[in-house]
Amino acid sequence: MGGYTYSELGAIFAMQGFAGISLFSVLLLMALGLAIIFGQMGVINMAHGEFMAVGAYTTYFISTITENYLPSLMPIYFFIAIAVSFLFAGLLGYLAEFSLIRHLYKRPLDTLLATWGLSLIMQQSFRSFFGAREVSPTLPDWLLGSYQPTEMIDIPINGMFVLGLTIIVTLVVFYLLFKSSWGLKVRATTQNRVMSGAVGINTQKVDRYTFALGCGIAGIAGAAFTTIASTGPTTGSLYIVDTFMVVVFGGAASLFGTIASAFSIAQAQSILEFFISGSMAKVYTLLALIIILMFKPEGLFASKVRR
Amino acid sequence: MNYFYEKVMGGKSGLTGFIILAVVILVAFPLFLDIFRLNLVGKYLTYAFPAVSLVLLWGYGGILSLGQGVFFGLGGYAMAMFLKLEASSPENTAIQSTPGIPDFMDWNQLTELPWFWVPFESFTFTLLAVIIVPAIFAYIIGAAMFKRRVGGVYFAIITQVIAVILTVLIVGQQGYIGGINGITDLRTLHGWDITTDNAKVIFYYICCLLLLSIVIVGRLILTSKFGSLLLAMRDKEDRVRFSGYDVSHFKIFIFCVASIFSAIGGALFTLQVGFMSPSFVGIVPSIEMVIFCAVGGRMSLIGAIYGALLINFGKTAFSETFPQLWLFLMGGLFIAVVMFFPNGLAGIWNTYGHYITDRLKQLKTVFVMKPSPQEAKQDLG
Amino acid sequence: MSANTDFTLAIEELTVSFDGFKAVNDLNLYVDKNELHVVIGPNGAGKTTVLDLICGKTKATSGSIKFLNKELTTMPEHKIVRAGVGRKFQTPSIYENLSVFENLEVSYPYGRSVLGSLLFKRTEKVERKIIKIAQDIMLEDSLDMPAGLLSHGQKQWLEIGMLLIQDPQLLMLDEPVAGMSVKEREQTAELLNKISKGRSVLVIEHDMDFVERIADKVTVLHQGKILAAGDMKKVQNDPKVIEVYLGH
Repeated sequence: MGGYTYSELGAIFAMQGFAGISLFSVLLLMALGLAIIFGQMGVINMAHGEFMAVGAYTTYFISTITENYLPSLMPIYFFIAIAVSFLFAGLLGYLAEFSLIRHLYKRPLDTLLATWGLSLIMQQSFRSFFGAREVSPTLPDWLLGSYQPTEMIDIPINGMFVLGLTIIVTLVVFYLLFKSSWGLKVRATTQNRVMSGAVGINTQKVDRYTFALGCGIAGIAGAAFTTIASTGPTTGSLYIVDTFMVVVFGGAASLFGTIASAFSIAQAQSILEFFISGSMAKVYTLLALIIILMFKPEGLFASKVRR
Repeated sequence: MNYFYEKVMGGKSGLTGFIILAVVILVAFPLFLDIFRLNLVGKYLTYAFPAVSLVLLWGYGGILSLGQGVFFGLGGYAMAMFLKLEASSPENTAIQSTPGIPDFMDWNQLTELPWFWVPFESFTFTLLAVIIVPAIFAYIIGAAMFKRRVGGVYFAIITQVIAVILTVLIVGQQGYIGGINGITDLRTLHGWDITTDNAKVIFYYICCLLLLSIVIVGRLILTSKFGSLLLAMRDKEDRVRFSGYDVSHFKIFIFCVASIFSAIGGALFTLQVGFMSPSFVGIVPSIEMVIFCAVGGRMSLIGAIYGALLINFGKTAFSETFPQLWLFLMGGLFIAVVMFFPNGLAGIWNTYGHYITDRLKQLKTVFVMKPSPQEAKQDLG
Repeated sequence: MSANTDFTLAIEELTVSFDGFKAVNDLNLYVDKNELHVVIGPNGAGKTTVLDLICGKTKATSGSIKFLNKELTTMPEHKIVRAGVGRKFQTPSIYENLSVFENLEVSYPYGRSVLGSLLFKRTEKVERKIIKIAQDIMLEDSLDMPAGLLSHGQKQWLEIGMLLIQDPQLLMLDEPVAGMSVKEREQTAELLNKISKGRSVLVIEHDMDFVERIADKVTVLHQGKILAAGDMKKVQNDPKVIEVYLGH
């Protein structure tokens, strides 16, 4: 790190740190959905990235319609887009669970392959509907620009917005999972499916809504994603491996672990990126993750259970 | 010999399957296909190597590796490095600013051959490297994972991450290993032009014979006590452990064998196709190898080969006519195989195959035995 | 470290805690040569955990487990088995996709390394041993049947057979008659009495009639600690035991 003064280093860390926060937000939103699906249900959803893309394309679609037909709504369309992305991705998730996943609960490796098949179909659908080119919605003016606390530091507003959105979604998920009666049912089902069924929980319904919620959150991640990058048919698949690493690294059943792990992975990658090439930053981050996982295969935050 | 016939070849039906496969790839394809198509089939057959390796690893061992492309790539790159060095002789590369090194190094301002390229000037070393490098790599990954009892979906995800790492590494290191374009323009092997029709036919046969050999090696493994143990570990790992076995050693071994099989396929790919690139290393090719195996039948060594052939025929046919439909079809295939035909083509054959063979036998009796007209009517009706 | 003893198994001051919860607490338990020792206790008393600790499935927090004066707590599972400790799981744990013969063959204690298993030959000696064991466990007529098709009781016997073929000095059985019919229970009791000749057997069981039929010595476990120990009569009349079993 020679050649940089301390204040420069500080500014670099701050700027890359904020760049990392955008990555952190998207990773966390993706990972939250996956942590619910994988951590609570034990389902490997390889199509999770495509559910994110569904959200991103939905946002793009709504932005195009608003721009052409209802330009007066431009400043607020993004909030509608977030809601519709959530609902639409959630609905697709509901259908996927109903038609596909529920037949495979006892075969996790097969779920992985089947959802990979689903992801291929979804990717091709994006290509058929929206073309192979990457698309971006027209963002409302207030999302553009940046905030400059000092001369060297430049914080983009879209990053702040996405962070805010992420915090809200995270809080809601925490509430749903740990305070609501639905969350109690989900956790009960996770720990003992047979017993939960015996005490009158409709485990099928719990599974279906849990999966739908996870996919819906991926849809929100997609809406957030459009503010920082453009979307193509394979966008989702670019993030799926990272997202899985976030969940596994954090300890599959721990939401707190997911947050900590998304933060550390995003920051490590983002700060490394400044000093070495982006590709090598990714290589080192992933390698470090694998090595840590070798010593702590159950992830960072996993509770000890008597088996 | 009797043991070999009964167990390894699987008696009459097993041997028949093996002979049919041998006839199809050694006789029928060369007879009916022109050289371009034959070369294409040769390429498909190289994908059958990782597919067969997955039968051992995943079908019997229950260990799903989503990183077989890594080993395919390691084998392929080892071969490609040797061929590239031969293609980059100082005479051939006289126009470069540093003659004698591969062209992509020259474009990236390298002035010296990197140290890890130097041993690939030897063909013997290269052949050894095709086997040993993937095996060592698999040993390291396997030891690290299986000794720590990482398995199931975690192993699948981590092998996938390794595939990502290797792809990113290759793409990022353009000067050292050719980057996204891969290693191209491979022309000669010890001065012998590998792009001629003659060479292609020879490589095709070498590929077939090696493929048949690994099927036999696979059967030898599966019919030994090791094979029973593989199944036992897949179903009740703890029972095996508490029967006095160090489970991790067995998993590491089969992972290494699978990596070597895949790497041989990769090396043959380079020889037949004439280049190697990161697009055969990453997530997508790796998971495609799994689907070759799943479609053919994850419990059938020979089925995996048909799976690889069938899907690749389909891919070529469809991407020529309906490129859009192909991904839909492929995705649907993943889902259908997993949900409805978990044992793939081999499973379908085992369930319904006897209808066909029975019918054939009936026809045979009809025509050979000349039964009375009523009987013949009944049989055909 | 504790001193050497004449016992087959000597457990001393054994404790294991899961996030502070002590499933086994300062336990001392001795199993003599040729003794059939039964551990009973209410659910959650830590019975299965004790077996897990002996066979290495769970690592002890503190204390010592000595088998023929060899310390087991630091050994990996497969070495504990090779030292002569066999363990049957609570639910029958057999290889359903292999035949009964193959189940026993896979458990045969030779060819336990990778290379050994690849070169393992099914010699006459191996076959004789497998048939002998199959007779003991009353499965000699089902040798070629896939083990998945056996009845529940037969699966339990098969798993016992898979242990017997290894000739363990200490055999540990976790609820061997759970889910068995009355007749199967009788046959199992006979089997246990037969196979306990020349080795020590440690059994976890709930069925008191069954325990009475087989046990040389009984230990009652409660909340990770020993509540009472001795022969069946003594234990049955112990007021503390009666309270734990009937008091709530």
